[in-house]
Amino acid sequence: MNAPNKSGWKPEMQIAESGFLGGPVTSTGNRGLMLEEPLLFEIGRSDVTGVDLPEIDPSAPTRLGGLERSEAIGLVGLTEPETVRHYTRLSRQNYGIDLGFFPLGSCTMKHNPRLNEKMARLPGFADVHPLQPVSTVQGALEVMNELAHWLITLTGMHGVAMSPKAGAHGELCGMLCIRAALEARGDKRDVVLVPESAHGTNPATAAFAGFRVEDIPATPEGRVDVAALKARLGPDVAAVMITNPNTCGLFEKDFREMADAVHAAGGFVYCDGANFNAIVGKVRPGDLGVDAMHINLHKTFSTPHGGGGPGSGPVVLSEALAPFGPMPFTARTADGVVHLVEEESASEFGHTQAFGRLTAFHGQMGMFTRALTYILSHGADGLKQVAEDAVLNANYILRSMEDILHAPFGASGPCMHEALFGDKDFTNGLSTLDVAKGLIDEGYHPMTVYFPLVVHGAMLVEPTETESKAAIDQFITAFRGVVERALEGDEALKQAPYYSPRRRLDETGAARKPKLAFEG
Amino acid sequence: MRYLPLTDTDRQAMLAKIGASSVDDLFVDVPEVARLDGPIHGLPMHASEMAVERHMKKLAAKNLVAGEVPFFLGAGAYRHHVPASVDTIIQRGEFLTAYTPYQPEIAQGTLQMLFEFQTQVARLYGCAVANASLYDGSTACWEAVAMATRVTKRKRAVLSGALHPHYAEVVKTMAHYTGDEIADALPSITPDPELAGLIGRIDEETACVVVQYPDILGRIADLTPVAEAAHAKGALLVVVNTEPVALGAIKSPGEMGADIVVGEGQALGVGLQFGGPYLGLFAVRDPKHVRQMPGRLCGETTDAEGKRGFVLTLSTREQHIRREKATSNICTNSGLCALAFTVHMTLLGEKGLRELAAENHRLACLAADRLAKVPGVEVLNNGFFNEFTVMLPGRPAREIIRGLADRGVLGGVSLGRLYPGVAALEHALLVAVTETTTEEDIERLAEELEAAIKETAQ
Repeated sequence: MNAPNKSGWKPEMQIAESGFLGGPVTSTGNRGLMLEEPLLFEIGRSDVTGVDLPEIDPSAPTRLGGLERSEAIGLVGLTEPETVRHYTRLSRQNYGIDLGFFPLGSCTMKHNPRLNEKMARLPGFADVHPLQPVSTVQGALEVMNELAHWLITLTGMHGVAMSPKAGAHGELCGMLCIRAALEARGDKRDVVLVPESAHGTNPATAAFAGFRVEDIPATPEGRVDVAALKARLGPDVAAVMITNPNTCGLFEKDFREMADAVHAAGGFVYCDGANFNAIVGKVRPGDLGVDAMHINLHKTFSTPHGGGGPGSGPVVLSEALAPFGPMPFTARTADGVVHLVEEESASEFGHTQAFGRLTAFHGQMGMFTRALTYILSHGADGLKQVAEDAVLNANYILRSMEDILHAPFGASGPCMHEALFGDKDFTNGLSTLDVAKGLIDEGYHPMTVYFPLVVHGAMLVEPTETESKAAIDQFITAFRGVVERALEGDEALKQAPYYSPRRRLDETGAARKPKLAFEG
Repeated sequence: MRYLPLTDTDRQAMLAKIGASSVDDLFVDVPEVARLDGPIHGLPMHASEMAVERHMKKLAAKNLVAGEVPFFLGAGAYRHHVPASVDTIIQRGEFLTAYTPYQPEIAQGTLQMLFEFQTQVARLYGCAVANASLYDGSTACWEAVAMATRVTKRKRAVLSGALHPHYAEVVKTMAHYTGDEIADALPSITPDPELAGLIGRIDEETACVVVQYPDILGRIADLTPVAEAAHAKGALLVVVNTEPVALGAIKSPGEMGADIVVGEGQALGVGLQFGGPYLGLFAVRDPKHVRQMPGRLCGETTDAEGKRGFVLTLSTREQHIRREKATSNICTNSGLCALAFTVHMTLLGEKGLRELAAENHRLACLAADRLAKVPGVEVLNNGFFNEFTVMLPGRPAREIIRGLADRGVLGGVSLGRLYPGVAALEHALLVAVTETTTEEDIERLAEELEAAIKETAQ
């Protein structure tokens, strides 16, 4: 086995020799740069602040309607140096893309360009109020309008709703457009068909939008069972929700045929665009018969995931659904002015059938500036290269692993931007979870595990296009090593990770007796 | 392309390993009808950092920056000073480029921060438990209504007329499709909130009554009677707060008997950002309601060595487990905005938040007194925190605000913008004042308002 890195560390070095474990117990619990950190509420004090403000004048008159707070809030404060140190120490217990390879399938953990951050912080975008007179926010509205134009053109669609705040919110937006379109024609159909491999948000969204959800099975090759779908179509089917490329990492090659059948039966086609990164600049969903598709700006267009949001989920719409898109949106008139079309001006712009309003203001402006910066940096040619490199990297991993790791759909042809594996050949009770935890010890964030549900012990690996071949080769070496241990039944893997800030955490205990806030 | 590390040599080597002759072989499953002959037509090609920056700066320059002029807008988004260290921390790559903490062993930074955030929000709201955040205040408001219908198994929500109209619109949009009934109203233009009318609208079919505090006109009232009336009919009280700084000065909603407290957290740490991303806050007073809550929850536990650690918990409520039976379809929260809120709140602490609230209120009182002296201006509110309603009898507030903007003063939010077509509200203007407002700003607003009123024919 070759040394997997150039740091001087060699695999044949024993743990004690490398000096990492096996040293003396420390009095602090710290281990060199691995630092323990108490909770804010254990170190903060109620009389300390890190912001210099005028002392309260108790004799100053107030007009608080007699509701002055009499009880303590229970907050604690830290000075600036203490605050910076506390959160910097916490940050070091996190894994991020900046630290290493993060192949979390269906999440598209690509590099977040720093130019995006810089542009979003320009005061002209960051320090502007959503209700300023529109004459004072023309540049902000132009960003929305320009991004909308890119999204429509890249997808070959007719319109776009910009206000949804995340992918799941975009799904909701698309499904409400479908509800509104059906209502407008007095159509009572209420069944939504969702493949069993779909992300959990799909059925949850359809149910939230007032539809009844029915599953559609997958074929053994990992795609939607077209015959089953067609057989189920009828006057009660409002829509299908299909992810393309799908959650098994495959392109739904019969998508157009399915879409045509759904349309012929009077239904609509919702496409979950979570995996748009595989086809951006390369395939236009509009050419496949899509009526609505959300785009996760935090996936394909690199806005940061931020430890779980904020996301942004604009929804592109077909000609049939665009009239029902929600308020507000932007429109540029011949005089070059960009208008913010809201409830009062809707009729002026011929948009009288909007299904309503999804959020208080206009959408995730801070994400729009970042996404537009990313798109302008890449251009039409660069985006096409994004899709090609993302797909190339995933296929490279698929073909570099399938000799030792079960690839249930490896024979179905090339994968798209993610490679799917299963744990059926592991021995001695070892499972996908153990491999994931073993990868943590190797310095990687694990892949998505146990999703999609259609594969036993699923491992969904999405490398993205922003990794070098050297980084991917190094990952493959580490991944193969852990998989080999799982195939051999290495008992030690069941206790992994050993080298992370925490060992395996008791999730069952956490749920049985939830402790959701600091007490004391 | 500066973001794409593969070289052509790499690509060839990788294709050889795969056994494909070109990258197009990997797209063989794309049907003929959807294949393109090259980059999508009609779009520009890639550009350098410098070129992109030039373009974006040109667009940014077309906006009037709030911090560069006298600025008085609020109505659900407030301009506060954000300490410099907040942005430093949220830009750390370990926070910025992490994802939802699915692997808790290497996500303790995000998880412990969320635990601290949940504790801060619960205490601020006077509640037992807060979640790890939602998209924004308006969507949190809908989630509260949806939760109340689950808890009470009733389908009717009564909205106070003084709830932010955009929040009411979001609730009505969603309820239309879920089959819930929403009873809404317009705000009454009175110096104090009219609670008697609201209480009269609560009946045995009511799942919840939704009240904003301080309300859309900036007024403050003790909501204890509303809580008692709601509870007497078996309904829940949902209190909406759009300005968390206010709760440094006034009683918490939990103290007054609110069952669910939701709000917008943008005012602390997040900044204006033209409306998003913002930060939805969600808390419940009674821990027995925890399992009906939407969104992610972080809980304390221990690891295999017995050390304290944190995990996402109670996920059996959520979409990835429950699918169509989930409490909400929400997947992500507003993690980085929650971090910004928590760092700002940590810098403030109990002492700083109280001082910040006092300073906001002091300046707002100054502004109200000064504007009341302008001929043709009447201050509506008896009570307020940092935002109040100004009446301009006989003058269209919206035109006056546009006129002020032309003269470099962002003078407030006209109610005509929020309630288009409602004649009774056309003469009303919301004025928000924070610690960032100077006494010179207030004087300038008074002078410009006086001039504008004189110029506007009655």
